[in-house]
Amino acid sequence: VSVLFDKFDVFAGGFWLTLQACVLAAIGALILGAVVAVLRISPVPPLRAVGTGYVTIFRNMPLTVVMFFAAFGLPALGSNADFLRIPVVDSLFRRLGTDLPYFRFVLIALVLYTAAFVCEALRSGVNAVPAGQAEAARSLGLTFGQNLRYVVLPQSWKASIVPLGSVIIAMIKNSALMGFFGVVGDLSQTADQLTSAEGYAFVPVAIGVSIGYLVMTIPLGALLDRIERRQAVGGR
Amino acid sequence: MSILYDVPGPRQRRITVIVSVVAVLAVLAGLYFFVYRPLDSKGQFSADLWAPLVDPRNEDFAQVWSRLGVGIRNTLRAAGLAIVASLLVGSLLAVLRIQLKSLARRRFTGFATPMSHLLRGLSVVLSGVTRACVEVFRGLPVVLTIFFVARGLPEFGITFSTLWYLVIGLTIYNSVVIAEILRSGMEGLPVGQREAASAIGMSPLQTTRMILLPQAYRIMLPALISQLVVVLKDTSLGFIISYEETLNIGKQIIGVLNNPIQVYTVIAVLFIAVNYSLSKLAQYIQRRLARGRKTRTVAPGVAPDAAVAPEGAPVP
Repeated sequence: VSVLFDKFDVFAGGFWLTLQACVLAAIGALILGAVVAVLRISPVPPLRAVGTGYVTIFRNMPLTVVMFFAAFGLPALGSNADFLRIPVVDSLFRRLGTDLPYFRFVLIALVLYTAAFVCEALRSGVNAVPAGQAEAARSLGLTFGQNLRYVVLPQSWKASIVPLGSVIIAMIKNSALMGFFGVVGDLSQTADQLTSAEGYAFVPVAIGVSIGYLVMTIPLGALLDRIERRQAVGGR
Repeated sequence: MSILYDVPGPRQRRITVIVSVVAVLAVLAGLYFFVYRPLDSKGQFSADLWAPLVDPRNEDFAQVWSRLGVGIRNTLRAAGLAIVASLLVGSLLAVLRIQLKSLARRRFTGFATPMSHLLRGLSVVLSGVTRACVEVFRGLPVVLTIFFVARGLPEFGITFSTLWYLVIGLTIYNSVVIAEILRSGMEGLPVGQREAASAIGMSPLQTTRMILLPQAYRIMLPALISQLVVVLKDTSLGFIISYEETLNIGKQIIGVLNNPIQVYTVIAVLFIAVNYSLSKLAQYIQRRLARGRKTRTVAPGVAPDAAVAPEGAPVP
């Protein structure tokens, strides 16, 4: 068990890197997911088709395949994902700026994959707004954009928050894959490194790494349960 | 037709057509400049790379597809075993949790006082332990569960083939998720179901087994099917413990033919085709269940909180 204390800085570093990846991927996925959601409910048929196609592709593909695509496809497209080396942000999240592109590749895969689920969560929120609301807005003469902005989205937000939260929790868990795609020093790679290369006992390392993930997922899950219960009571 | 906008008039139709054309052109241009051109300039469309996968006359075609066939069979085998095992374990776990929860509320009259306190404490502790197990395994990434199983079991002198490591890892995670799905299904049923069952003299276990569980399966069927899609997708994690599933075989093929993009495209298409039909099935079942609910006079329960309402479904 002493490995938990001897190597505490390794675990903490792994936790920190995983957390960074999750924060960045969550931001990216929320933005991209919102864009795709707007495409999916827009009045222009080709845009709707693009949104639907995106969701169909990424929701039905294993994240592993998306990651392989990012890791092999982007270099083939002649990109090392250098556009993610955003000047100020990469000094905050130093992994973004390193020469090894794997962190950026994994991030892109995570964002692309999660955005499809974010889109569906947002859309389910929009569908949960009573039809009368949007109809009333239309009969007042609001356009599609106004309707969304002033009537539907402010209300759909409430219905989206729980599904969005579960998507983010799933994303945190999915981020564990990055240790197997060349990213050095995140929580899951730490487990591999400490047990196989440095020969520490397996069980304490597993416990340490598990705690690292549970610290992120369980409180979020509990928070969501609370919000859900509150909404259920308030809705009656 | 969405409720978000009116049936377009002549001006709106004109705008829609213009925006559509512009959007299509923009998408095509984007694909051409950012995907086709770079891929083409690196020769990714050359016949050498694609032919082994799509051209039956190619010398490698038969071998590549027989290998991929092995991979697909292995994927389906692992997925099938994991699904069956998670459904079994998940149902047991759901019943166990429901039983322990009701046991923890019982007062155990008819026993001596210390005995009843002991029994009560025991059931509260057991209920807490199962709850903690569920929370822990639900909160862990399934990658790590698989990794821990493959790395941890040999430490205790238990060795299997990689297939079983993958199945056990997937089962641990998914059975917990399925248990939670079924439990919320059972708890969402009207109280009258349970009360009626105990009124005709069924024991709590009988009530759960014969009244609640079958209904939970029914109303949670769409959620269960989407969980099956998740299992199928997660079998691709077998590559981290070098189980020979589709993706791993793909890697071996790439090692020989050196065409990663092409092989992964084919594998992605395979996965999307299977999973898409599965989720369509889930949608179809959901719609049928919704229809069944409406025609009957007695509402048989709370609708499952599906992630997404089916397209065009009436909004409550």
